[in-house]
Amino acid sequence: MLTDEMRAIIDASRERGWVLEPDAKRLLSMAGLDVPRFKWAKSSKEAVTAASEIGYPVVAKIISPNVLHKSDAGGVEVGITDEKRLTEVFKRFKKMEGFEGILIEEILTGTELIIGSKVDEQFGPVILLGIGGIAVEVYMDTAIRMAPLSKADVPSMVSSLEAHSLIEGFRGSKAVNMELLTSTTMKFSELVMDLGEDVTSIDLNPVMCTSRRCTVVDARIIL
Amino acid sequence: MDFTRLFEPQTMVVIGLSLHNERHPGNVIFNKNFFRYPVKTYGVNPKGKAYHSERIFSRISDIPEQIDLAVIAVRAEYVPGVVEECVEAGVGGVAVIAGGFSETGRTDLQERLVEIARRADLPLIGPNCLGIYASGMVDTFFPPTERMVLPNPGKVAIVSQSGGVLVDQMVKFSQQGIGLSKAVSIGNKAIVRELDLLEFLARDEKTGVIAFYLEGFAKNEGREFVLAASRCPKPVIVMKAGKSPGGGRAVSSHTASIAGDYAVFSSVMRQYGIVEARDEYQMVSFCESLSHYPKTVQGNVCIISGSGGHGAVAIDTCSESKLNVPPIPEDIQQGLRDKLSNSIQRIASLGNPIDLTGSATDDDFVTAATELSKIPEIDCLIVLLLPYLPEVTSDVGARLSQVHRVYQKPLVAYVPHVEKYRMIIEGFELNNIPVSHSIEGAVLMVEAMRRYRPC
Repeated sequence: MLTDEMRAIIDASRERGWVLEPDAKRLLSMAGLDVPRFKWAKSSKEAVTAASEIGYPVVAKIISPNVLHKSDAGGVEVGITDEKRLTEVFKRFKKMEGFEGILIEEILTGTELIIGSKVDEQFGPVILLGIGGIAVEVYMDTAIRMAPLSKADVPSMVSSLEAHSLIEGFRGSKAVNMELLTSTTMKFSELVMDLGEDVTSIDLNPVMCTSRRCTVVDARIIL
Repeated sequence: MDFTRLFEPQTMVVIGLSLHNERHPGNVIFNKNFFRYPVKTYGVNPKGKAYHSERIFSRISDIPEQIDLAVIAVRAEYVPGVVEECVEAGVGGVAVIAGGFSETGRTDLQERLVEIARRADLPLIGPNCLGIYASGMVDTFFPPTERMVLPNPGKVAIVSQSGGVLVDQMVKFSQQGIGLSKAVSIGNKAIVRELDLLEFLARDEKTGVIAFYLEGFAKNEGREFVLAASRCPKPVIVMKAGKSPGGGRAVSSHTASIAGDYAVFSSVMRQYGIVEARDEYQMVSFCESLSHYPKTVQGNVCIISGSGGHGAVAIDTCSESKLNVPPIPEDIQQGLRDKLSNSIQRIASLGNPIDLTGSATDDDFVTAATELSKIPEIDCLIVLLLPYLPEVTSDVGARLSQVHRVYQKPLVAYVPHVEKYRMIIEGFELNNIPVSHSIEGAVLMVEAMRRYRPC
């Protein structure tokens, strides 16, 4: 069930047509999904404080209603190790159209997956799970199922991927925690059903998965 | 909606047959039912009078008998009025053959039809369709009988939005020896839609497999369809037209871009154990296989052949279809080898594929099929039968069929389909074993079972 606070995030974003990343992450977090530690900094000073609280190295991302595809627009800076670099990045982002602040986040590593949804005209809400990252549309290695998912759907989606061994572990690499991936995907499926036709599509990409965590590193919710 | 009187009519009327044009669709439909089917057939034309020696009525209400099925072949603008008369006369169902509705922009006429039929809870097929064909019962298709190729009566029902595709599928069913229970062309599907027919055919005793040629679903209709299919106790096979992406639609998320209409369709069908055929050849192979074996297999195949080359081709085809061809355990191989005829005992390869060599006899094929039907490592047999091997006789089809009857392990055969091998093919088919005319087709038959998931 959507809480009033979750509903309020959607309502406040309706005019823009999509949900700003920090709001999207709050919403996902309220739905029980794991997100990185993050802060929304509106001044250079706030950014510096946020980064020292989170601990370097950090990621900085532009927050702007005009920038939906942040990396394409040059609005993502990974691996910022000190205050000086952070201040420079802040200055650069500030010049971008519609600047409303920057998002400071802890850096996570792991296997990059995509978990997404869309409301299909003929079948209603569907869930997509696959190999994520910026090259998601190059690899096109994904599985699609009609929502709501059953628990057995998640392992069957994973095993249907060409690159399933990236998730199941290969050549000594640690496997993704399937239990966590399953519960993350199931919680997402529930959220998608609750949102219904209020939302056109969602990309959680990448979802950074390790043997211990499944964390939504970036989220795009299109209304 | 009750479809019984529509599909199994005792009486029918063709409304709109011509008094002078023999080739008018109404006349063709009247004639074929009048002469060839047990249904009692009447004709209606506003001018009344007679058609040859048959009395023609001016309107349906003049017919002195209750009518089960009305076939409407009048111009579109008259159809709503005629349907109203049918409702008043208490008909059990209507097939509107006439076109000229939403497909030509006359959505107003179609909406009137919908309103009349909904109010009366009348099963109305069409408009703009061929209507229904029920083996041995009734045929409202307007191509003359002599131009059609009619499959034998059997277990497969097929529903198609396109009439042309449907008639063509009937030709292919006939060529491949697939039996047909019902064929329905739903055209504009104003009232009766895929979902209604799925629910009806799921209960229909004459139908064992339900196949659909689909163009598209209305909003959320696909969801209802797959949920109903997953509850259906019979295999459901679909083929979709319009697989290519629409193009030009701007999408702002990766998910929306990857999960296009067809990608979603195909994935959801698989999710619910509905077997999707990518083309007509797959459609025919899947229908044949699942009408014989409405069951699921893991896909652990044993290939039995009299030619190493055929076995190798079959292995490649299985591997492309992600079917397993597991090795046969040594002790089983030895046991089998001891039972083979002397001439091949030393030269046969029994690993999998099994190559019984060009000197194999009927007995060798039967022995191999029997021994391999007994082991749990194998859940399906493909027999590549080459009738030109000198020791193989015309009895081999019928004999191998008995192996399946004893062990109940699905067996599919490949036999080149030429007239001189007919007795072998019929030996299989008349004993309920599917036969393909290509190795690829035989492998597709196994794939159909692997993809089907009974509820």
